[in-house]
Amino acid sequence: MAATTATAPRAVLLQGNEAVAEGAIAAGARFFAGYPITPSTEIAEVLARRLPQVGGTFIQMEDEIASIAAVCGASLAGAKALTATSGPGFSLMQEMIGFASMAQIPCVIVDVMRGGPSTGLPTEPAQGDVMQARWGTHGEHSVIALVPSSVMECYTLTVEAFNLSEQYRTPVIILSDALIGHMREAVVIPEPGALRIAERGEPDCEPDEYDTVSSTLDNILPRPPLGSPFKVHVTGLVYNRRSGMPDTADPAAAADLGRYLREKIYHHRDAIVRVEEVEMHGAEVAIFAYGSVARSAMAVVRKLRAEGVAVGLVRPITLWPFPTQAVERMAEQVRTVIVPEMNIKQVSWEVQAAVAGRAKVVDYGRVDGKLITPDEILELVKPEFYYHKWEGQ
Amino acid sequence: MSALVDEQKLEASPTGDYKLPRIKPHTTTEIKAHLRSAKTLWCPGCSNGTITRALIDAIIGLELDPEKVVVVAGIGCSGRISAYLDYSTVHTAHGRALAVATGVKAADPSLHVIVAMGDGDSSAIGGNHFIHAARRNIDLTALVFNNSIYGMTGGQMSPTTHLGDKSTTSVYGNVEPAFDLCELAHAAGATYVARGTSWAYQQLTNVIAGGISHKGFAMVEAMAICPVYYGRFNLTSDPSEFLMSQKEHAVQADKFDEDVRSHDKYPVGLLHHTEREEFVTALGKVNERAREAGNG
Repeated sequence: MAATTATAPRAVLLQGNEAVAEGAIAAGARFFAGYPITPSTEIAEVLARRLPQVGGTFIQMEDEIASIAAVCGASLAGAKALTATSGPGFSLMQEMIGFASMAQIPCVIVDVMRGGPSTGLPTEPAQGDVMQARWGTHGEHSVIALVPSSVMECYTLTVEAFNLSEQYRTPVIILSDALIGHMREAVVIPEPGALRIAERGEPDCEPDEYDTVSSTLDNILPRPPLGSPFKVHVTGLVYNRRSGMPDTADPAAAADLGRYLREKIYHHRDAIVRVEEVEMHGAEVAIFAYGSVARSAMAVVRKLRAEGVAVGLVRPITLWPFPTQAVERMAEQVRTVIVPEMNIKQVSWEVQAAVAGRAKVVDYGRVDGKLITPDEILELVKPEFYYHKWEGQ
Repeated sequence: MSALVDEQKLEASPTGDYKLPRIKPHTTTEIKAHLRSAKTLWCPGCSNGTITRALIDAIIGLELDPEKVVVVAGIGCSGRISAYLDYSTVHTAHGRALAVATGVKAADPSLHVIVAMGDGDSSAIGGNHFIHAARRNIDLTALVFNNSIYGMTGGQMSPTTHLGDKSTTSVYGNVEPAFDLCELAHAAGATYVARGTSWAYQQLTNVIAGGISHKGFAMVEAMAICPVYYGRFNLTSDPSEFLMSQKEHAVQADKFDEDVRSHDKYPVGLLHHTEREEFVTALGKVNERAREAGNG
């Protein structure tokens, strides 16, 4: 083993789910409530051991509904809180994700996606929950969802998820999958202080002004904890943003709140959305891929660029809000966008809408619980470069 | 009989050793200081206002710091109490109040967490959370407003609607037996179980105060009246007549004869009281063990 100095970053071999758990602790999460479900269970198991060591709380609840409800309660009482689940549990959580959205409760929900619907393929990866993450709860709302492609990103994006949830007072969803969650990779744990950690802090105003001043798009004040002089009222009913109290009789108050809850995210889209572009310089064809599928796409791009084929990768790290601008830019540049995903057309429809006819969109879906391989993606790329002399032709 | 198999290992003290607090009623001015608004959407003749007042009387009587009181409520007529009370309040989703309150109490054990729910809220849609909160013995006070009907949605049957009762969804008479919520809580492991009526205000206040001061899961069932739906369909739409009927139905727990138990005869007062380790306290000990294991 190579000698290391005291200041060298430590590289450890971690599973994706373990990295989520360690990332959560690094982000300052001190509360987890969850219910066992494959393939997310390791997140609960690691936090059951780790949270008590750092003065936090782990509770195994009676179901996923209770889990997200307890997470909302803990967050309202001042703790950074998360839960983790997979497809069926994620569906059970949708009601309270809507509550968190409406009541503006910062929290993190990790969905380690598996084949579905229903019990489906419990141990196999899928990307079938991407639209559920966007539109799973009822009513008009916006949401932030992040998609890790590596174990390292399981760590860093969990920290980022907490930061975004605190900053925008909103639930943030991490869309991992059975492959990313169970894969092991070397992770360089950042030194304490190397990552930005958003603390909740105290609202900088008098208790009786809180609702009036907390709600402008550019000044989203932190939620004061329950049991403070602010004596907040938190509700899932439509409320007047300036009084914080329910107001279901005034359509203007409802419209104001509805628009605000959407704009709170979309107004800050440039600050929230992150996209990785690989070999896009001069690319004539782009692969738009996220999560574990992006790893196969990356392998194809590297191989083909070495052969002089002008193909690039656009990888959304933030899936919601959708990286529309990056897709528009891509559509102006390339003649074809290939969208491989472990579902049938869920994100490719979204890509098509943003491309708006400026390029050809080729979708490719797989729902058998198997990862889309580099070879499969290569076969999708080949017809787009019919003039290239492909091996074996 | 408790449904907890391990309970015999835990020390239990008989109900007889325990005395309920006696709360002196406070003036309307004192009560109003704990309200954001005295204007409610409850129907004329509804007893929810009486129960709300009893809760405030108990909180003042126990000299709790109002800033440290948190009321978590569900959905339904009773859930609206959250907007009226001038404490930190959470109006959650239907059935989820106890699960949210579990997170609140675990994250900040210094808070007095009172959970206001209706009968359908606590025992139908929230039934799973109810039995598990009782089993954990988490230090919450569940205050169940039991009017035996879904009032907010216009008079449908609930799990506490009695056999044969009429509602808009049991038009020909209910064929399902009712839950006894106090016995349900006790069987699930609640360590304080009491029942009061809107008719006997002083006793209601005392049993609420007992629940709040109890360290562990406290179930307080407040027998409410809904003259507009339950009463009109089954008994009387006259609120005073309905209230007076509670006087006939309620029997003091120490004089209650189990053989006559029915929806016309139910025990009131303190029903069960035991001591066993509270959940958040136990979690604190888990943290100590984890730190010791980490250091050792």
